[in-house]
Amino acid sequence: MPIKLKVNNAAATVDVPPDTPLLWVLRDVLDLKGAKYGCGMGVCGACTVLVGGHAVRSCMTHVGSVEGEAITTIEGLSPDGLHPVQVAWEAIDVPQCGYCQAGQIMSAAALLARTPHPTDADIDTAMSGNVCRCGTYTRIRQAIHEAAEAGTPARSK
Amino acid sequence: MQMNRRTFLQLTALAGGGLALDLYRSPLGAAQEHQAPPDLTPQAFIHIAPDGVVTIMARASESGQGMRNMLPMLIAEELDVDWKDVRVEQADLNEKIFGRQFSGGSGNTPLGWEPMRRVGAAGRQLLIAAAARTWGVPETDCTTQPCLVVHTVSRRSLSYGELAAKAATLPAPALSSVKLKDPKDYRIIGHSVPGVDTHAIVTGKPLFGIDVQLPGMLCASIEKAPVFAGKVKTANIEQIKGLPGVRHVLVIDGGITPAAYTPWEPGMEPGIAIVADTWWQAQQARKQLKVDWDLGPAATQSSEGFAAKAADLLKAAPANTLRKYGDVDAALKSSAKVVEATYEFPFIAHVTMEPQGATAHWKDGKLEMWSTSTLPGDGRTLVAKTLGIQETDITTHMVRSGGSFGRRLQNDYLVEAAWIAKQIDVPVKLLWSREDDIAHDPFRPGGTVGLKGGIDAQGKLTAWRHHFVTFGDGKHATSGGGIGQDSYPAGFPPAYGLYTSMQPLMLRTGALRAPGDNAYCWVSQSFLDELAAAAGRDPLEFQLELLGNKQAPWKSGEHDPVGDHEPSGQEVLIPERFKGVLELVAEKSGWANRPKEKGRGMGIAAWFCHRGYFAEVADASVDAQNKVTVHQVWAAGDVGSQIINPAAAESMAQGGIMEGMGHLAQQITLADGKVEQSNLHNHPLMRMRQVPKIEVYWRKTDYSPTGLGEPTLPPTLPAVTNAIFAATGKRIRTLPLSKSGFGWA
Repeated sequence: MPIKLKVNNAAATVDVPPDTPLLWVLRDVLDLKGAKYGCGMGVCGACTVLVGGHAVRSCMTHVGSVEGEAITTIEGLSPDGLHPVQVAWEAIDVPQCGYCQAGQIMSAAALLARTPHPTDADIDTAMSGNVCRCGTYTRIRQAIHEAAEAGTPARSK
Repeated sequence: MQMNRRTFLQLTALAGGGLALDLYRSPLGAAQEHQAPPDLTPQAFIHIAPDGVVTIMARASESGQGMRNMLPMLIAEELDVDWKDVRVEQADLNEKIFGRQFSGGSGNTPLGWEPMRRVGAAGRQLLIAAAARTWGVPETDCTTQPCLVVHTVSRRSLSYGELAAKAATLPAPALSSVKLKDPKDYRIIGHSVPGVDTHAIVTGKPLFGIDVQLPGMLCASIEKAPVFAGKVKTANIEQIKGLPGVRHVLVIDGGITPAAYTPWEPGMEPGIAIVADTWWQAQQARKQLKVDWDLGPAATQSSEGFAAKAADLLKAAPANTLRKYGDVDAALKSSAKVVEATYEFPFIAHVTMEPQGATAHWKDGKLEMWSTSTLPGDGRTLVAKTLGIQETDITTHMVRSGGSFGRRLQNDYLVEAAWIAKQIDVPVKLLWSREDDIAHDPFRPGGTVGLKGGIDAQGKLTAWRHHFVTFGDGKHATSGGGIGQDSYPAGFPPAYGLYTSMQPLMLRTGALRAPGDNAYCWVSQSFLDELAAAAGRDPLEFQLELLGNKQAPWKSGEHDPVGDHEPSGQEVLIPERFKGVLELVAEKSGWANRPKEKGRGMGIAAWFCHRGYFAEVADASVDAQNKVTVHQVWAAGDVGSQIINPAAAESMAQGGIMEGMGHLAQQITLADGKVEQSNLHNHPLMRMRQVPKIEVYWRKTDYSPTGLGEPTLPPTLPAVTNAIFAATGKRIRTLPLSKSGFGWA
């Protein structure tokens, strides 16, 4: 039974079992490799995408449960890589290995959409579901503050 | 590679400069025969297009250590170009022209510093020669500005882009003959350069091993026994073959016979590979597998058994004497005070953020691999040996990986992907699940250390007795479980004994960031803190006194648990550098005037490894439930005269500190031979809310620059546990923290 998705403002129809994790539909059916597999149980955050503007762990989200909802991946966060979070991440050169960073960026974008000027405590709460094995947390925090100062555009559609 | 777009400096191999890397030894003691280092040429590394765009080949694998930046920066500096004109391209594996291609052992800086700069300088000299010939003037009348050769007499100039074609027809100068810049003239080295892949990362471009996609590619997942090297007796293979998307089900016999000593790269583990259209389908099919395993002898192993055996070995006379001077036992007997303690550290797993995997394609007798290995040359050798093919029939592309920390020095996943590819003739991408990744990791081995230290009536250290119970067959310590004769504080106490005993281990182990040192530093720097406390002295002052008291020359080089290497130059601990970082971190952290309050305290520790020196101070508080908050860490490092990429260096140090904190809470345990941890919920990593403020300072010294992936990490563990002692009076002698009744807030 085909499932109709709206990913990065584009319609896509996929023919997979509805309990397939959204992550593997994005990566292997729609060839959007930005979201990453890290744990498969929602404890690392590498697979984070936005569904209706909220950060969700795509490895634990059945594709059938998000039919018709607005799904945003790192590839669709901005048309040109210029979302304030991306700009700040690049300016501060946050990544080391970089594998977790798409998930970090999506969680940060969701945080700023809801809380344009987060405190450190807000960041602790919103970002503690995303692990960075390289330990780039100091820069992630700095980049979120910098993105907040630069201003966050209206919530991703 | 878009070769047609560029004019290469040189397309044909010339007898280039002879750069003898005299001291070159594999930093990781790879098992392969050591080959003579190749003559490096600028032609291999530098390609200049007519429009002036300079492409520099990155020879090393990239797993987040910034090697795609650091090595090309060295070339670019001496080539004399603007970094904005540089494009970095990842080289394929070709050690004949690029030299050793690896990332590990904090080795790329010390081993690349001189040759990479000389490659750049030789490239610059070629461009000068081309300009001089064009103008009919002596080369000595020419100089360069970024991307430009200038005739100093007439002020004429030609751009590198204009000169590249001519330069390509000239022979390269000997690398040993070229002149290097005065460091005060550096325009790239010492300046922060953002990661060359950062834009691609923040926009989600496919970059990593897991992102490789080839036409017609299938995906593989491997079910292995829950016990190391367990073999398949029977399985419902025919049923699995009929499941959705499944194309092949392959039984891997493997090549490992469990024994008391498991060598580095022991061979393929047995298992069942499921190859399907998508990885998720392969995973779903795995869930339907019913396998009757022959678990073999490793099923008898348990963490409880290891602990009991270690306790017995500690009571007995040590099996091996690694280092002894003075009469340790007599000195202890005559000491005013003797402190005795047993320290225990657990096995831990690497848990790279990207689980292990690789892509391979076997076609017409040739193998093409997309590898995330940090020792890709060893990977190719192992693949050729395992598959019975020629190395010359293998092409290796080096793909960025989501972290290594020593994990990708081993090539087990690469061999598996290649083996599967050879059975099926279509491209295949293998990916381990996180559960596979933890259960089949080459673990950092655990260990138990019995210590005795003596203090005289003046509060001075008199003797140090160190009995390390590790794993191995009695002759060989398991990978990552060896200890060097010079492991600090060897050479400093007036009387000293370092002994080892071993118990068998049928398990794959390996190098985890700062191998050996990541545990031995914790043991020695904690016990030193204990001795200072027993002597009623400040731990900093106690250690500085010890460092001024060198007793005996070093016997070997730096401790190297994976291979052996000779001592030379910077591989030997220099007390002045060790003291220097301690004094700097003490100054920056306000150690002398630190507040002393109940429930909050500061701890100090330092270490020397991989040619680098780091001292760290942690400020921690502990609540009534023994939950620990680390508020701040100060770090002082000495990795020589030059920090090549300062922003990246600071990030690397922060990361090492976060990893050191992570180690404090991690453990791998075995019951009936099975690993009891399975994912990040029970083998945790540090999270945002637990991150302290971190300050990093550099002490520049006159020594040649060395690496800092590893030496930042070890002091973090004892700095934190010594801080817990300062806060609570409770000494952490067993890790993880939970086994000592503590945990992160």
